[in-house]
Amino acid sequence: MDAPSSQPPAAWLPDSGTASVADTPSSAEMTAASASQRPACFHCGLPCVTTLVQHGSHAFCCPGCLAVYALLTGHGLESYYRMNPSAGRRPAPSQPRFEFLDEPATRQRLVDYSDAQVTRMRFRIPAIHCIACVWLLENLYRLQPGIGGAEVHFGRRELRVAFDPARLRLSEVASLLSSLGYEPDLTLADLDAAPRPALDRRLWRQLGVAGFAFGNTMIFSLPAYFGLNRLDDPGLARLFGWYSLALSLPVLLFSARDYWMHAWTSLRQRRMQIEVPIALGLAALFGQSVHHLWTGTGEGYFDSFTGLVFFLLIGRAFQQKTYQRLVFDRDYRAFFPLSVQRRRDGREERVSLDSLEVGDRLILRHGELLPGDARLVEGPALLDYSFVTGEAEPVTRQPGDHLYAGGRQVGGAIEVDMVKPVSGSYLASLWNQEAFRKNVRSTFRNLTNRISRHFTLAVVAVALAAGLYWWMHNGARALSAPVAVLIVACPCALALAAPFALGTAQRELARRSVFLRSTDVVESMARVDEIIFDKTGTLTAPGTGVVNFHGPPLGEEAERWVYSLTRHSTHPHAVRIGESLETRHYPEPLMSFVENAGQGMEGRVHGHELWMGSAAWLISRGVAVPAEEATWDSAVQVAIDGAWRGCFRLTHPLRAEVRSLPARLAKRCRLALLSGDQPRERDSFRELFGPDVPLHFLQTPQGKLDFVAREQAAGRQVMMVGDGLNDAGALRQSDVGVAVVEKMHAFSPASDVILAASMVPALDRVLAFARSSVGVVRACLLLSVLYNLVGVTIAAQGRLSPVICAILMPLSSITVVVAATGLTSWRARRLLPRAGAPQEEPA
Amino acid sequence: MSVIYLLIPVSILVAGGFLWAFLWAVRSGQYEDTTTPAMRVLMEDGEEGRKEGPEGSQHDRHTS
Repeated sequence: MDAPSSQPPAAWLPDSGTASVADTPSSAEMTAASASQRPACFHCGLPCVTTLVQHGSHAFCCPGCLAVYALLTGHGLESYYRMNPSAGRRPAPSQPRFEFLDEPATRQRLVDYSDAQVTRMRFRIPAIHCIACVWLLENLYRLQPGIGGAEVHFGRRELRVAFDPARLRLSEVASLLSSLGYEPDLTLADLDAAPRPALDRRLWRQLGVAGFAFGNTMIFSLPAYFGLNRLDDPGLARLFGWYSLALSLPVLLFSARDYWMHAWTSLRQRRMQIEVPIALGLAALFGQSVHHLWTGTGEGYFDSFTGLVFFLLIGRAFQQKTYQRLVFDRDYRAFFPLSVQRRRDGREERVSLDSLEVGDRLILRHGELLPGDARLVEGPALLDYSFVTGEAEPVTRQPGDHLYAGGRQVGGAIEVDMVKPVSGSYLASLWNQEAFRKNVRSTFRNLTNRISRHFTLAVVAVALAAGLYWWMHNGARALSAPVAVLIVACPCALALAAPFALGTAQRELARRSVFLRSTDVVESMARVDEIIFDKTGTLTAPGTGVVNFHGPPLGEEAERWVYSLTRHSTHPHAVRIGESLETRHYPEPLMSFVENAGQGMEGRVHGHELWMGSAAWLISRGVAVPAEEATWDSAVQVAIDGAWRGCFRLTHPLRAEVRSLPARLAKRCRLALLSGDQPRERDSFRELFGPDVPLHFLQTPQGKLDFVAREQAAGRQVMMVGDGLNDAGALRQSDVGVAVVEKMHAFSPASDVILAASMVPALDRVLAFARSSVGVVRACLLLSVLYNLVGVTIAAQGRLSPVICAILMPLSSITVVVAATGLTSWRARRLLPRAGAPQEEPA
Repeated sequence: MSVIYLLIPVSILVAGGFLWAFLWAVRSGQYEDTTTPAMRVLMEDGEEGRKEGPEGSQHDRHTS
């Protein structure tokens, strides 16, 4: 979660210093170097811009990379570079300190297991990216005595390491990883985090047992279907029946267990969920089979019974798609780092957040997050709250001001005093609300269960009617006919239609970087009739503002000076101006550089005095800034040698292709915009959304949540599209919460859908596909009802033989499965944009 | 034909062995991670080979 380290300041060397290096080692590094004509670092592959360290025939960009190289070669781990020449990652120049991990309270809540001999710990390491990383991390024991075994889970970017606590501290393990360039990602949410199983192991075991039993009972049943056993030994037929019963018992008791339990709870809550008719059908099937076997009247339907359970479990397994690296229920604690710099008794130390007390003095450096509500003591602070409030512009605060948790400091270091504990901050209090407590949405309302309610009643009615009819006409069939009805009406196909259609929809969407929490979300998406957008990060792309220069053209030379100056500041405006000029210029050395927080920066380049900053600041220094330019909100004025030369205006552009989206969505849904931002761009959004759409600015997180709740109270199915913690409440409250993420696997607030930013323009097509998928489910349900009608007609006449059952059951299931998956993927190809490279490996 | 009375239990036993192997594989967590083992196959082991540490790469002994 740490902000990417910006370019190292001021240590720039003139070109002549690097040009003297002649040979670069191999062609692999040359490709990386060719872009800038500088040698590529042998370790990290980045061009050696700032520093150059020569070691043998290899060039290194910084002492950190050289240190890793020396460490690896010193321990016989050179294979690392052979396996993947671009494996290395540059270790952070200032290594974080991890001593706080050794505090007993923190340590105990982090590790998986610990005793006197061994400690096991899982580190999440986002830098893991290739086979060489896996190899190096699993050979960690060769670098550091005391480390026992290390195992990488590549899909989750996780390292599981066991070490001897007597010889090694947890902090030393973390430091070792960090110094190798594999800095562990530690957040507050890691405390007491339960390990996340990738799959439901019990379901797979149940599936295995059911498949085994199904296959073998089929073998025993086939001779009966072809009448072979009648020609031969009648004792053999009985024996086959008993074998089938023995094989079916584990299926009855273990594999189908969840169906008995769910049916029982459904009945007790007087709900006719799909499990009820399934359990009825399974019970009737098994009971009838045992009866046949006992009385010697037949071989039973054991193959149908085990096959039914097997197919049902396959449907459930298909539905349980999980993503290894995506988490749908993150709260603010996953956004917070685990530690913070504290000053106490004149000493600075890195401490764990949960050991902070009110009154502690904290030091925050560039890019660090304010973990609790605090009072600013030292320095003007420039805090970026964009993720928390939605306000795109960083805010300036003066010493003495109250600061809310969640802001990221940009610029120099500040000191603050904690006034509330971490868990008592305004941000944290949001999570204690009602909306966050309802964790699991009820699946009671989904399509399958709504249909099964009517279905169950109809089946029971037909069974009773058949029983009554035969009781009056032919007593012998009074029991067998209703049982046959229950057997054949067992809604296997009904239970399979939704898992396979919606599971396929979920997979098709995942291939296009739209990740759903569960298959039920498809149904919720199909019902959406109101879409609420958050502005920041959803419709506009964060960070990538458009920079326009206003004023007489600066000219080549002056622009280069401006670029050289911006490279030394971490202020987001300066960074963005610098990025916009980067491709055209090379930096020149600065003679001097001073940054005045909240005002601007000044520096001397090539003998010229450059001032860049707010209009007020320049005017106070006697620069004549034209009045019409001074009114612009996000602008950086430029003065060279005391004379105004123009200004850079920064605007947040809409994401590409998003322009026509509101019009396309408005055909079916109501729209609304809720922004935590200033209303400075109201006009452009009015133009985008049209005259009728409500636009609300300056919305608090609570205000957004309330708005969603009000719309829901009016009977609408609300989809909330947001990206920040400020939307978290609204995302939770809404029927479908969509979190838009720029980078997959970056922090996203709890939501139902994680949507890649590139897919925002295709939102209308995603919704159309969801509706279409539910249409497919309906069609398949119709198909299965038709099958059931045929089956029930046969059964109600009392003519259901095991052979017909054995043919009808798999036939209906398989056609439904094929139709559900086939139709859904066909609709996906028609409706959705072409699948790109999947960003999440299939689990 | 009576040999079938012997062959069927034997064949079920064999099949049961495979079922047991599957259940064991699921239980020991071999399906938890399907990508990393595929990468390990391609690794250079060097002269020393990949030693197992004292606590080895035993799958999953969560204590929670």
